[in-house]
Amino acid sequence: MLKRTNYLTRTYGKPEGWGLAAYERELGGYQQARRALTTMTREQVVDEAKKANIRGRGGAGFPMGIKWSFMPKGSPAPGAKPHYLVVNADEGEPGTHKDRTLMEQNPHACVEGCIIACYGIGAHVAYIYVRDELHLSKARLEGAILEARAKGYLGKAPFGKDYAVEVYVHSGAGAYICGEETSMLNSIEGRRGEPRMKPPFPANAGAFGCPTTVNNLETIAAVPAAFGLGADEFSKLSALHHINDGGVRLYGVNGHVKKPCVVELAVGPTFNELIHDVAGGVLGDKGILCVIPGGSSTPVMRPAETVHAPDPKSPLHPWHGKSVFDVPLGVDTMRGVGTMLGTCCVTVIADGTDPVWCMQNLMQFYRHESCGQCTPCREGSAWLLRVSEKILDGKASLQELDGLHDIANGIMGNTICAFGEGTAMPALAILQKFRPEFEAYVRGQRSRADARLTVEPWS
Amino acid sequence: MPFALSPERERKLQEILERYPTKMAVTLPLLHLCQEQAGYVSDEIVEFVSKRLDLSPAHVKGVVTFYTLYNQHPVGKHQVWVCRTLPCALRGAYEVIEHCEKRLGIKCGETTADGKITLRTAECLASCGTAPMMQVDRDYHENLTRERVDQILARLQGG
Ligand SMILES: Cc1cc2nc3c(=O)[nH]c(=O)nc-3n(C[C@H](O)[C@H](O)[C@H](O)COP(=O)(O)O)c2cc1C
Ligand code: SF4
Ligand code: FES
Repeated sequence: MLKRTNYLTRTYGKPEGWGLAAYERELGGYQQARRALTTMTREQVVDEAKKANIRGRGGAGFPMGIKWSFMPKGSPAPGAKPHYLVVNADEGEPGTHKDRTLMEQNPHACVEGCIIACYGIGAHVAYIYVRDELHLSKARLEGAILEARAKGYLGKAPFGKDYAVEVYVHSGAGAYICGEETSMLNSIEGRRGEPRMKPPFPANAGAFGCPTTVNNLETIAAVPAAFGLGADEFSKLSALHHINDGGVRLYGVNGHVKKPCVVELAVGPTFNELIHDVAGGVLGDKGILCVIPGGSSTPVMRPAETVHAPDPKSPLHPWHGKSVFDVPLGVDTMRGVGTMLGTCCVTVIADGTDPVWCMQNLMQFYRHESCGQCTPCREGSAWLLRVSEKILDGKASLQELDGLHDIANGIMGNTICAFGEGTAMPALAILQKFRPEFEAYVRGQRSRADARLTVEPWS
Repeated sequence: MPFALSPERERKLQEILERYPTKMAVTLPLLHLCQEQAGYVSDEIVEFVSKRLDLSPAHVKGVVTFYTLYNQHPVGKHQVWVCRTLPCALRGAYEVIEHCEKRLGIKCGETTADGKITLRTAECLASCGTAPMMQVDRDYHENLTRERVDQILARLQGG
C-alpha cells in the first residue's frame, strides 16, 4: 500500500525551505547530530545506523550501517591514516533526478547526515562530490555549510564536542563514470576519473590511500530522519522491513506519465502504484510498453511479466503468478524478478514507442561515457551503438542482430567496473524482450521513418 | 602572456588548498577557476596549473582531456546544452534539438558566426522529471515548450 511520508521532503516548496531556519522549524535542525556527538559512542552510532536498514540509495542497495562497520575500529592512533567520508552526488544515471531535489530543497539534512556519518566512521572530513552542472545544488549546499559552521555545528568542536568535522563540496567536471565510487576517489585526488581495481576496497584504501566510506547523498540525508524517529521505528515504516529494506526514500517517475515527479514514500510501492496513483497515469491513457526500473542500467520490465516463486520460503512467494508491476519495489524483490531496483526513479515508456530507437539512444549514452580502460567495454559499447544504428537504418542482417547478444555477453564479467554490466544487461534485456521489433527492422517491415519516441509531438 | 588568476580567484585558491591533504587534489577545482576566468583551458593554463600544483603538464593535460566540461578550445559567449538522453527524448528532446539548430542556423557542436552561442547536446542532466530541458550557462531551463525555447534563444542572441 502506498504510504506518503515527509521525513526528507518536509522543507520542499516552503519559503526559504533550504535555509537553517526552515530546517530547525520543520525537521529538528541538527538535534540528531548533537545527540550523536554528545551522548553516543562511535560504536553506538554504527549500531543505530545498522538498525535503520537503510539500503544504499546510489543503486547497488548495500546496507549502509554494515558498510560503515567495515571502517577500521577505534580512533586512529596519532600519526595513523585519517578516515574520510565521500558523499556521492554525481547523479548522472539516465532517468535519475532525486538527489538534486535534496540538495536544492533540503541541503541541511545532507550536512547533518555528514556530521553523524563522519563521527560513526571515525572521519573528520567529508567531501560531497557534486556533478559540475548542478550549480544551484552546489550553492545551496555551500550555503548550508556556512550556516552550520556559523552556528558551531561544523569546525573544530561541533556542539562543544572535541571531535572536528569539516564538510566540503567538490565539483566534478562532466563524466558519468565518476559516479562509480573508485573513479570518484581518483577524481577527488585530482586524477582522470578512471575506476580502480577492487580489492582494495575503499574502507581499506580509499581517498588518498586512506580508509574511506562512499555513500550516496540520499543515503546520508536519510540518517538524521532515522535517528530522529529511532532507527527501529524508521525501518518499520517500510513494507519490506522484514527483509532488511527499511525506511522511506525518494521515488521519481519520468517519461510517458501525466505528472512526472519526485515523491517521498515508505519503501515498497509497486510500479502500478507509482505510475497510476503517484504520476497520474500514462500520457494519452495509453498502455505501457515497458518501464526502466531505476536508471538506464537496470533491465527493462514489461507489464505482462509474472513472478515465478513457487517456493513458499521465497520472499517473492506472496506474488507468485502475479504481474511484476504489483510487486513492492525493494532491493531484493527486484533482484528476484530479474532486474534491479537501482535508483528508484522509474522511466515509463508507453505503447507505440519504438524499442529499437530506445536501444540506440541508450547505447549512444554508454558509448559516450565509457572511460575506455577495458577493451570489452570500450569496443563493446561502440559496437552496440554501431549495430543498433545499422538496424535502425534497415541495413543490418539477422546475423548482425544475433551478434549483438555476443557483444553484450562479451562485456559481462570482463571489465574493471560495473559500468560494463550496466551497459550489457539493459542491452540484453531490450534485445530479448523486443525480438520481434528488432527482426521487423531487419526484414524491412519497420523503418526509422515510422519510429516514434514521444506520445504527442513536442510543442 | 603567462596566465595569472584574478586576486579574488587567487584568494579562493588559497582557501581550497586548505581542504585537501595533497596539492594534486586541487587540480579539478583550480581548472574550474581558470576556465571561469578565461573561457577555456589554454596551453598557458595547463602550464600555470602544473607549476602551481607541482604537477607535470602531462598530468594536467590528461585531466583536462578526460572531463567533458573543460573546453580545450575557445567557445561561444553562451553555452546551450540540450539533454538528449532517453527520458528527455521520450518527451521531445530531439524536436528541441532540431528546433534550436534551425533557429540558430548551426548544428550541435558548432558556434554561431557572431560567437554568441555554442550549441551542444548533453547526456542526462538529472532533470528527467521536468523534461525536455536544457542548460544555458549555469542555469537549468525545464519543461521546455517551443515558445520558451524561442524566448531563451532570443535573449541570448540579443545579449
Ligand atoms: C557506472 C556507475 C555509475 C554510478 N553512478 C552513481 C551516481 O551517480 N550516484 C551514486 O550515488 N552512485 C553511483 N554509482 C554507485 C556507486 O559506485 C556506489 O555504489 C554508491 O555511491 C554507494 O553509495 P550507497 O551505498 O549509499 O548507495 C555508480 C556506479 C557505477 C558502476
Ligand atoms: S568497465 Fe568501462 S567504464 Fe568501467 S573501467 Fe572498464 S572501460 Fe572504464
Ligand atoms: S534524460 Fe534529460 S535530464 Fe535526464
